[in-house]
Order: sequence, then C-alpha cells, then structure tokens
Amino acid sequence: MSLTLQAEVAERGFAVDIEIADGERVAVLGHNGAGKSTLVGLLAGLVRPDRGRAVLDGQVLFDLDGRRGSWTAPHARGIALLAQDALLFPHLSVRDNVAFGPRSAGVNPAAAAARAMDWLGEVGMAEVADRRPSQLSGGQAQRVAIARALAAEPRMLLLDEPMAALDVAMAPLLRRLLARVLVGRTTILVTHDLLDALLLSDRIIVMDGGAVAEAGPTEEVLRHPRSRFTARIAGVNLVRGSYRNGAVVDARGLSVQGAVREGESLAEGAAAAAVFAPSVVSIYPEVPGGSPRNNLAVTITELEPLGELVRVRADDHRGHLLSADVTARSVAELDLFPGRAVTYSVKAAGVTVYPL
Amino acid sequence: MTASLTRTDTLTLPRRLSPPGKVAYAAVPWWVAVPAAAGALLVLVPLIAMGARIDWSRFAELIASPSSLAALGLSLQTSLTSTLVCLLLGVPLALVLARTEFRGQRLLRSLVLLPLVLPPVVGGIALLYTFGRQGLLGAGLDVLGIHIAFSTAAVVLAQTFVALPFLVVSLEGTLRTFGQRYEAVAATLGARPSIVLVRVTLPLVLPGLVSAAVLSFARALGEFGATITFAGSLQGVTRTLPLEIYLQRIDDPDAAIALSLVLVVVAIVATAITSRIAERGQR
Repeated sequence: MSLTLQAEVAERGFAVDIEIADGERVAVLGHNGAGKSTLVGLLAGLVRPDRGRAVLDGQVLFDLDGRRGSWTAPHARGIALLAQDALLFPHLSVRDNVAFGPRSAGVNPAAAAARAMDWLGEVGMAEVADRRPSQLSGGQAQRVAIARALAAEPRMLLLDEPMAALDVAMAPLLRRLLARVLVGRTTILVTHDLLDALLLSDRIIVMDGGAVAEAGPTEEVLRHPRSRFTARIAGVNLVRGSYRNGAVVDARGLSVQGAVREGESLAEGAAAAAVFAPSVVSIYPEVPGGSPRNNLAVTITELEPLGELVRVRADDHRGHLLSADVTARSVAELDLFPGRAVTYSVKAAGVTVYPL
Repeated sequence: MTASLTRTDTLTLPRRLSPPGKVAYAAVPWWVAVPAAAGALLVLVPLIAMGARIDWSRFAELIASPSSLAALGLSLQTSLTSTLVCLLLGVPLALVLARTEFRGQRLLRSLVLLPLVLPPVVGGIALLYTFGRQGLLGAGLDVLGIHIAFSTAAVVLAQTFVALPFLVVSLEGTLRTFGQRYEAVAATLGARPSIVLVRVTLPLVLPGLVSAAVLSFARALGEFGATITFAGSLQGVTRTLPLEIYLQRIDDPDAAIALSLVLVVVAIVATAITSRIAERGQR
C-alpha cells in the first residue's frame, strides 16, 4: 500500500479512512462541501486533522494518535498540488516557474532549467518558456502548472478540479494531456466531471457529508452505483428496493423490471437495485402500449443541453430524480418543458438489476 | 436657474471624462464633489499660502546655510537609517501578524499600531524612560558605556518608533490581499519556509513593500515631537530639518519657509514614487 490515511476533522464533520496503491489514480467525486477539499488539504499538509494518521511510502505524513504526535511540513511530503487556478508565480518566467521545484530541492540552476525545458516540452509549452505567466491563456497556464508540478518529481500528485476554471474547448486538450502524463503516478483527482473520472482514474471515491459514501473501480462504480447520490453524479438512474417477480420494487410502490446482472443471483425479497442509463429511456406524452416496458409517470423538472442531446430530468413523485437523454428535435416535437407530466418508458432489457 | 446649471454641468462631466466605450457610470451623487473639493483645498491652500511667502532672491542662500545643510544632511541620514531599521523589524512583524495565529495577536497588533494614535511627544517621553540615563534599559546600557538619549541614535530610535506602524500596517494589508495560495503551492513543490519567503512571498509583495518603506521614510523625515523630547536639538547631532524649521521660525521666518518648501518637495517626490509603484504593482 502506498498511501494510507485515516483522519478526522471535527469542525468540518470529516472522517475518512482511505488506502491508495502505488501508481493508482483515484478520482474523488462529491458535492461542494462533501469534504473533497479537506481531503486534499490534509494530504498536502495545509489542513491539520484532530485525529488520525497518514503514511505515504513508509513516510509518516502525520500521526496524531500516538502519545507524541508527529507532523511533516508540506514541503517535506513530496506531494505536489495542482489547483483549479494555475497559480503560476507572476514574478517568474514560465521556465523559472517550472524550475522552481528542482531549485527548491537543491538542483543547480542550469540543471533545473534543463529539467524545466524537458517538462515544458512534454506538455507542449516549450515555446513560451521565456514569457511571463500574465502573457499566457488559461489553458496554457494550466499546462505550465502541470509541468511545474511534475518537475518537482512528487511521489504523489493532488489535482483539485484542474479543469474547472478552463473554457469548454480547452478542457478536452488538457484531459488528454493528463491522461498521458498521469499513467503510473499515484494521483488523487478531485472532480465534478464524470468524464474526468472515467478517463483519468482507475478507482473512484465518492464523498458525501465528510465521509466516503462509496468506493471501487471506476467502471464498476459508474456502471453500478450503489447509492442514489452516486447515481446522480454518474448520470445513471437508480431505483433501490427489494426484488419481487423480476422487478425491483421500492418502499413507495415504484416497480422497475429488469434483467439480473450476469453472474449474480437474487432471492425473492432480497435488497436490490435497478439501474438504467438515460439513453434507454423514451419519453411519451401518454402511457404507451406494446412490448413489456416499465412505464413511469413523471413530471419534468429540468432540461439540460448535453452536446447533441438534451438531458431531461424528471421527478417521479416517489423520491427519485430520473434522467432521460433525447434529441433536441424530440424535445420540440413532444413539447417538453419543466412542469409537464409525461411517461418515461424503459424496456426491461435496458435495466440491470443487481444485489445490494 | 443656477442650481439647474450646476446639475447639468456635473452630469455632463463623466461623459466628457470617459472615452466612448468606457464605463460612464459612477456610483457617487453629484453633491459629493463639494465636500471633496473643500477637502482638497484644505490641503492645497496652506501650501500655496506658504509658497507665496517664499523670498526667492534669498532662497538658495537660505537653504544652503551651514545650519540648514547640517539639518538636511542629518535628516536624510537618520530617516534612511530608520527606514532600514523599520524594514528589518517591520517585515517580520507584518509576516507574523498576517500569516500566523497565536494568543495575544490582537494585543500585539494594537501595540504596534499605538504610535499611530499616540502624540509623538508621549512617544518621546516613553523612549526617554526606556533608553535615558535612568531609564529601564538605559541604566544598564550606561554601565556598558552606551549613551543613547540625546544622540543621533536617539533620533533614529524616535523616528523608527513613529514610522514602524506605517510599514507594518501597509505591508500586512498587502500580504493579506495576496493570501497564502502561492505560498502553499510553493511549499507543495518542496520549498522550505525560508525559500518560500525569499523566492515567493517577498517578490510578490515587493511593490507594496517599497511603497510601505517610502511611507515610513516620509514619516521619519517629518518626525518632530518624539525627536525633540528624546533626542534634544543639538546642531549636527540631533537637530533634524523639522527641528531646524521650528527654531528658525522665530529667528529667521524666511529660512523656515524655504526649508519647509524643501520638505514639501521631498514629501511630494516620495508620494509620487509610492503611487507609481502601486500602479505598477496592480498591472
């Protein structure tokens, strides 16, 4: 195990127990105030917990449980932080910014500058080496910040929503860059964006209310979220209840038929979850007939453009917020608007049921 | 009629001042201009009145007299020294106040700021009972053969006493404005606190630091009350320019006015430097 962290911050209602393997990239998802920033601050050494212990590669970052507490200062941890804003030092050139880490470690100026140029080349920013940070665009600045963090040769990288401050066009480029340079690096990536999690992480930790709500391999968690919270983040629809007659029936009588996930078996009455993607939901003005379908009466609450598609969010009046992805043309043809009552129709074949 | 004219005038003012495309709205009612103008005049008119009384035919001779030159030289020398002392003591104080948290921090801040609101004469008396012959520390220093009161060192101490809060307040404000984000990033890149201070914090606040130093230099240059109480008025030793002006005021008012103008010019230059640096810092 490369990193183990147990920590409590009473003031923020934060308590976690996390392990991260060497070279593993972990995405941390959660709402604002879920404790993501606290987690980053704890590891970087900017926030002091009330209780806990953290060890990275055998080095104790902090240990406040023993009788004699120990605390490693941020500069001695070998953990680099990349925040939403690039935070390049405005008084240094781009090259000197990237050389800052090596210089701080005692590397001589010439060697540090050479290493800086290597990393600037790696992120495609070598030609702006002599510029001041104020002469860079947001995307360029963030690339330089990535080079600066990597040039410090950290044992672990903390990325705190690195794409959040960039415009939509720049984010994909940066995401590709990160996908390339993060391979094999122990990384914690805090993000709101599901795509970041999918492309840049091996494992997901979902935080809620200062605690880990769910954790597991990225694909697994996104495809089969175990909590409604995770489902909402992952964008898939989730109905939890008990398994009855090939359907998941929740406490308020909502029933969703589906196919039990391969390799799993479910006993009648066992706790189960039905999961379906927004793309398998069709919207009808009235209850349709025909093939075996789940027909759910809902009221539209929100329409959100999602590239070519529109994500329709609707309330089923049983405590679920269900999403459907339809084309903009269907929105116009069906005259969909928030407040309108419609029927969500889902083929049973599009629903996966799995045990909880 | 007159009232409506004034109104129209003030309303067209911003349109004339701001080029097309710039913001043409200011969240200030027109009548604010009246007390604002009165305030500006309060500063300006006395300076003009003083300037009008200058005897230009004797100006060069007046400011070049041996006593004037001695006072000017002493003033520049002591003010520069006390600015240096202010930097050496004030930068750490500002850092401690802006970047750390500890018990009694508010008390410390109030204490450091005390000379701002204290009459300088009171400061002089306090210094006298600290470093004077019978003073708290002075008695001990006396045994060692060090006599501070009524020496040039006393002038520097008095000036530092009154000028230090200017540097601390101004620099603490700059430090707080920048926040600790750059410093935190520097630390996660492996920089020890000393490296962070030298390579990140100080360069970042440099414009603020320079303008704070100029401010405290100007304050030291104008110091009077604490100096005359604690250091006395010995020509060439402790008689700085403000003391010289005060003494000449009775013997030779023309010389007092001429020297006053010299101080005004130095003050204006200092202010100009400060605002230039502040502007550059904002860019």
